[in-house]
Amino acid sequence: MKSFGPTRALKGVDLDVRPGEVHCVLGQNGAGKSTLIKTLSGAHQPDEGEIIWNGEPVRIASPVAALELGIATMYQELDVVDGLSIAENIFLGHELAKGGVLSSREAAKRTRELMERLGHPSLSPSREVGTLSPANKQIVSMARALSHDIQLMIMDEPSAVLDSEEVNNLFRVVGELTDLGIAVIYISHRLEEIERIGDRITVLKDGASVGSNLAVSATPTNELIPLMTGTDIEHAFPQRAPVADDAPVVLEVENLSLAGVFDGVSLSVRAGEIVGLAGLVGSGRSEILETIYGHRKATTGTVKVHGRTLKPGSVASAVRADVGLSPEERKSQGLLLEEPIYRNATLSTFARFAKSGLLDEGAERRATEEQMKALDLRPAEPNRITRTLSGGNQQKIMLARWLIHGTEVLILDEPTRGVDVGARVEIYGLIRDLAAAGTAILVVSSEIEEVLGLADRALIIADGHVLAERSTADIDEHGVLDLVMKGSAA
Amino acid sequence: MSEQTTTPDASGAPDAPEKTSGASAANPVKRFFASPAGRSVGLVVALLLLIAVGAITAGENFMNVDNFFVIVRYAAVIGVMAIGMTFVITAGGIDLSVGSVLGLSSVIATLGAIQTASAGFWPLMVFVAIAVGVIAGLTNGLIIAYGKVVAFIATLAMLVGARGLAEVISGRSTQVVNNQGFLDFFRGDFLGVDWIVWIFVAVAIAGWFLFNRTTFGRRTVAIGGNPTAARLAGVNVKRHMVYLYIISGACAGIAALITLSRTTAGTSTHGQLVELDVIAAVVVGGTLLVGGRGTIGGTVLGVMLFAVLVNVFTQNNLSSSWQLVAKGVIIVVAVMLQQRLANRQAPSTA
Repeated sequence: MKSFGPTRALKGVDLDVRPGEVHCVLGQNGAGKSTLIKTLSGAHQPDEGEIIWNGEPVRIASPVAALELGIATMYQELDVVDGLSIAENIFLGHELAKGGVLSSREAAKRTRELMERLGHPSLSPSREVGTLSPANKQIVSMARALSHDIQLMIMDEPSAVLDSEEVNNLFRVVGELTDLGIAVIYISHRLEEIERIGDRITVLKDGASVGSNLAVSATPTNELIPLMTGTDIEHAFPQRAPVADDAPVVLEVENLSLAGVFDGVSLSVRAGEIVGLAGLVGSGRSEILETIYGHRKATTGTVKVHGRTLKPGSVASAVRADVGLSPEERKSQGLLLEEPIYRNATLSTFARFAKSGLLDEGAERRATEEQMKALDLRPAEPNRITRTLSGGNQQKIMLARWLIHGTEVLILDEPTRGVDVGARVEIYGLIRDLAAAGTAILVVSSEIEEVLGLADRALIIADGHVLAERSTADIDEHGVLDLVMKGSAA
Repeated sequence: MSEQTTTPDASGAPDAPEKTSGASAANPVKRFFASPAGRSVGLVVALLLLIAVGAITAGENFMNVDNFFVIVRYAAVIGVMAIGMTFVITAGGIDLSVGSVLGLSSVIATLGAIQTASAGFWPLMVFVAIAVGVIAGLTNGLIIAYGKVVAFIATLAMLVGARGLAEVISGRSTQVVNNQGFLDFFRGDFLGVDWIVWIFVAVAIAGWFLFNRTTFGRRTVAIGGNPTAARLAGVNVKRHMVYLYIISGACAGIAALITLSRTTAGTSTHGQLVELDVIAAVVVGGTLLVGGRGTIGGTVLGVMLFAVLVNVFTQNNLSSSWQLVAKGVIIVVAVMLQQRLANRQAPSTA
């Protein structure tokens, strides 16, 4: 019996966790989920309250102390070392050694066992972690946790980097853990996942638990959303007027290929239209976007905007043609986190505000503030440091950047990754408003539902090929997965 | 609809302590100390302390106008290069070759043929010295940006190669400057202040302006902060990197001119190991070695701190070995203090 008595993570959180259960912690960004995790894993110390572990009050002074107790944490930001092999990562900090000499054969053997248990027997222990996909890095991170003798595993939004198939594998592993009597604290804001694997739920809001230890079976989803947000969320994707038949084609991609990744991709997007690419991780969908934008250099094929061909491999050429990209990894590819908001919002336009090379920061701040108000990004303080904002607000800054620039084509890669439920709906609304104003939009998301909800048309991608093109009114998530499975098998 | 509507204070990510930054934004004192100017306050205090030590231990010999100019003239060589280095380091790069480029530049500018050609027109020497720096910088920049060689390695190669080239060209002999016009100008003064000092001041002001007020400076900071984000926003990162190394090289050329005027000779040994002093001054000044944040004002203070330190030791006839120890201590203490301040400003999130 383990329980965590009132942990004063922010204002007062109560929850208890039983052996072998999946205890879901729900809450919007800013609700205090991560702080709670850090307290339980020894990274933070509680100011008040206590943590009871197996009936004894404990002080978890450091992550090492947490591991010694049997508490392992799998962080959202993957904490693997790219330059080391899978086996070296797993036994990092508790290397298997005899008299100070590393015993790599033993490590490899135990790594293979762990990988088999996690459903990835094909991953070789000697493979360098830097060459793995985010999903496989997560497997390594999980294997590392399992290499310790643990009783509690904390998972911080493990599904955020996974697609549907990999999520199924994750759930299978979680099931195996609980069969062994290991308790799991599962953090997520995807409600449908909680229904699938959760036993009990604790909901956090503003640093306090607003619902503790609720049984999943007795708590319908529509009761959880008001707890998390204080509001009901319905109709995330209201009906949208169809694009006029005579709307001009803005983006035209012909026979685009990137050697070894995707091949012969053709698509077009009209003014005011939203086109989605649906496919699994590794299908090439993000690479297609990046190649259209010039971040990667196409092997063959052309990209035209308003009939003018873009220079392959030149982002500058795309930006000059008023094409904008909101990249998949907002933090590492999109933002200068230590800089104020306005410098991020004007990153592609600061030269336009400048007069003969001299910056006009006042004008930049005013333009940013105007967009922040239009996007309902509060507080509208352009001088605030970008790192301090939530995922949803950081995503809005990416939108603000291209709104200030004024784009003909906007490419959105995972526009709601790391964005919580409330802000998601807002971002969907903003994307639709942009389309209504005549922007051609191309969107990719690992959530098929999101692609189908947002877009007018969807291209189904598998193994670097366009399998089919469908109006989103004519296909549902099952239909897409069906096509993908058949396409991959063929 | 958003969470901000109901709880504006909790709008941040769960792992971002909004409250701390919110408080510092509200408190003008804290905000000042978190600003670039505020972070330099520690350096100013350190400089004043060192001056006080100089005044107490060496008295009149230290506290007089002539000695002040001795210090600034000494500072000028490292100072000019440190301004260029601040740009390179802020963009996430490094230029280890500045000392060797200085040596090469001093040798080529004092070649017999060049001195003969510039006999009637001394600015030709100036042009040649700076051109050597620009070419070396251009080479560094092209190798780094387009050859995709890590800056540390590319400029390390230039450090070795340029020194060797200087030895080959000069035959390891000392080439005396016999162009009187050149010497008259560089050893002269304007409004009672040495031209050397004016050059340092001019480079520093131009550097400050370029860094803080222009699109060029903004690109530099953006590239250092997140090169991928800068590229995806349409900044031409590669071309900009080349410009940065050209600036650093040109600064080494200017430093060569100052060295020529102070020593009246060009030799392949000029500028040996000064790259370390230059980088130390930049880092002590508050520019982050990982890039993304830099300060020209801090660099000037860092240069002056080391220059005053050398002068205080010299005035007191103390061994130069202890002077090196003191430098080492200053570097470590300064960087540790900066990290404390930086952490207070933006508490760690991971």
